[in-house]
Amino acid sequence: MRVLLVDDEEEFVSTLAERLSMRGIEAVWTTTSLEAIERAESEIFDLAVLDVKMPKIGGFALKDKLQDKQPDMKFIFLTGYGSEQDFKSISAMLGADYYLVKPVDIEALIDKMKKIL
Amino acid sequence: MSPETSGHLFNYRRIWRSVVLLTGGVALVPLIVITIVDYKVTQQSIESEILMRTTRIVSNTRRAISFFLSERRSALEFIAQDNSFESLNDPKRLLSILENLQKSFGGGFVDIGVIDSSGNQRNYVGPYELEGRNYLDQEWYSEAVDHGVHISDVFLGYRQVPHMVIAVKRVMPDGSFCILRAAIGITPFEELLSNLELEGMGDAFIINYEGILQTPSRYHGKVLDKLSLEIPSYSNKSEVFEVKDSDGQDAVIGYRFIDKTPFILMIVKSKQELMRSWFGTRLELIAFLIISVTVILTVILGTATFMVKKIKIADKRRVMTLHEIEYANKLASIGRLAASVAHEINNPLAIINEKAGLIKDLFIYKKEYSQNPKLNKVVDDILRSIKRAGTITRRLLTFARNLQAEIQPIILNDVIEEVLNFLRNEAEVRDINIDVDISEDIPMFESDRGKLQQIFLNIINNAFAALSDGGSLKIEAMLTGDGAVSIEFTDNGCGISQENLMHIFEPFFSTRRSEGGTGLGLSITYNLVREIGGRIVVTSEPSKGTRFTITLPIRNSENEGEADESIIGG
Repeated sequence: MRVLLVDDEEEFVSTLAERLSMRGIEAVWTTTSLEAIERAESEIFDLAVLDVKMPKIGGFALKDKLQDKQPDMKFIFLTGYGSEQDFKSISAMLGADYYLVKPVDIEALIDKMKKIL
Repeated sequence: MSPETSGHLFNYRRIWRSVVLLTGGVALVPLIVITIVDYKVTQQSIESEILMRTTRIVSNTRRAISFFLSERRSALEFIAQDNSFESLNDPKRLLSILENLQKSFGGGFVDIGVIDSSGNQRNYVGPYELEGRNYLDQEWYSEAVDHGVHISDVFLGYRQVPHMVIAVKRVMPDGSFCILRAAIGITPFEELLSNLELEGMGDAFIINYEGILQTPSRYHGKVLDKLSLEIPSYSNKSEVFEVKDSDGQDAVIGYRFIDKTPFILMIVKSKQELMRSWFGTRLELIAFLIISVTVILTVILGTATFMVKKIKIADKRRVMTLHEIEYANKLASIGRLAASVAHEINNPLAIINEKAGLIKDLFIYKKEYSQNPKLNKVVDDILRSIKRAGTITRRLLTFARNLQAEIQPIILNDVIEEVLNFLRNEAEVRDINIDVDISEDIPMFESDRGKLQQIFLNIINNAFAALSDGGSLKIEAMLTGDGAVSIEFTDNGCGISQENLMHIFEPFFSTRRSEGGTGLGLSITYNLVREIGGRIVVTSEPSKGTRFTITLPIRNSENEGEADESIIGG
């Protein structure tokens, strides 16, 4: 499983990537949407975990761009704003497979990833 | 409403008073002025009409009397000149003259006599035995001798019957003279005067210059009595004046001096009787004024009360709406602040979570740390705290978001729990026991989640304020028979007095004003409940506790707005 992690908080995203790697999941991380788009041009990812709120290109816009390049890619959104319940209705509308609210329980995240793939 | 609760609104009593005084003044002052003017004008016109009528009667009567006397005087003058002294002294001739006079002039002539220059009656025809009588010392005789003709006062004379005398002097060619004298009875005057149609208890009579009655008066005495009223001063035309009679009553007196006679014609009328028609008009005017004033005042008072009440209600509603908006804005601001803080905290919290998670992972994957129970416990504690903090921020965000929510499916238990989550900390600190019992058969129903949160928050906050530390609050929810859900909040706090209970939902009513109460919490709650189609009832007993019962329709979209309020003292 190759996962692309995108979040403007480097401390968060790098640590999350390291912890996923420890659990045998190949996680690539970037802190900008532009870098993520570049990576997606050269590498194949099964899944992207995107922060909703990012500078320049937000999570939802990034999802569309990534999907253009890799239509089979699945998506999980992360946000520090609201609760899982709040996003139940809109996440389906936006084509997200799951919505998780920070701080994230890593076991719950892996559980969702397994469910998608 | 007490001054405390209405103090900052307008002074409606003053507005009411001003409106009543202003409109009352504008309407009543012209009415009263016009009525007074009309009163005076009508009174004056009736009075002057009475005086004019009296003057006219006096003039007409004077003319008749004057004519009566001058006709008889002229007849006597003619007879005196037309007959020789001898024929006048002939009893037959004199009888014929008397009969002719009586025939030609009707009543009046009683007798006729001829008196010589010595005052002796030489010839006489009439009903009395007066022949040979001497009249030298009689006033009328000397007047006739001096002036040639004389009309006397009424007097009794030798016959002892009231009469007057018309005496005419006949001078002979030799210079001697005789007096032709006729006695006129007062009956013709009496008839003339009594035939007058006099209104107002009118009394017509004749007096002489000394005020002696020459004809009988209906109210002022018999013939030859002295008149009790004042004798009018001389005037050559008909006059009218007002006096008080001997009984103290106002009287109108019309009089006229009759030329060449010693007579004054008097017509006396009772003013009260004359003004009787005025009294009727006056009563009508006063009744009109009283009825008009009553109607105007009733309309003004009614309208002013109605309008001021309307203004008061509108003002109260306006102020309430402003406060509601302010309150809603405040809540929304708190919500935004909470959401923003939660969001800002969530990001660093997420980093801490990942870092601590990494440490834990390292402990698990690196054997040298996994055996250290103390380090493991420290990391677990950190992770547990992060989870707790995450729960708090999540609740904050959920609550803030729901404040703006509109109609949506509601699970009652969730909403109550969300609200309680905010208050549990205070409950723990103050050792308040919260017992929640939500019946499981309550279905999901549609309502405004944000409003429900505010309602529950207000009522529970209110209960907390009434509770002393260690008190208890019971929240029960159950279905009622008529398809509604009833939620009861029962505390064992200080309770509310019967008097305060009556005003509990009124805006600006507060029993905790000194502690910063605005007096708006429960009135806003009441309005919110009404807005979502529910009812709120409060029962309370001082020092035992209070129970708020909210009844919400399971489907509220059809019967929204049918709220009512009932208060039962406990």
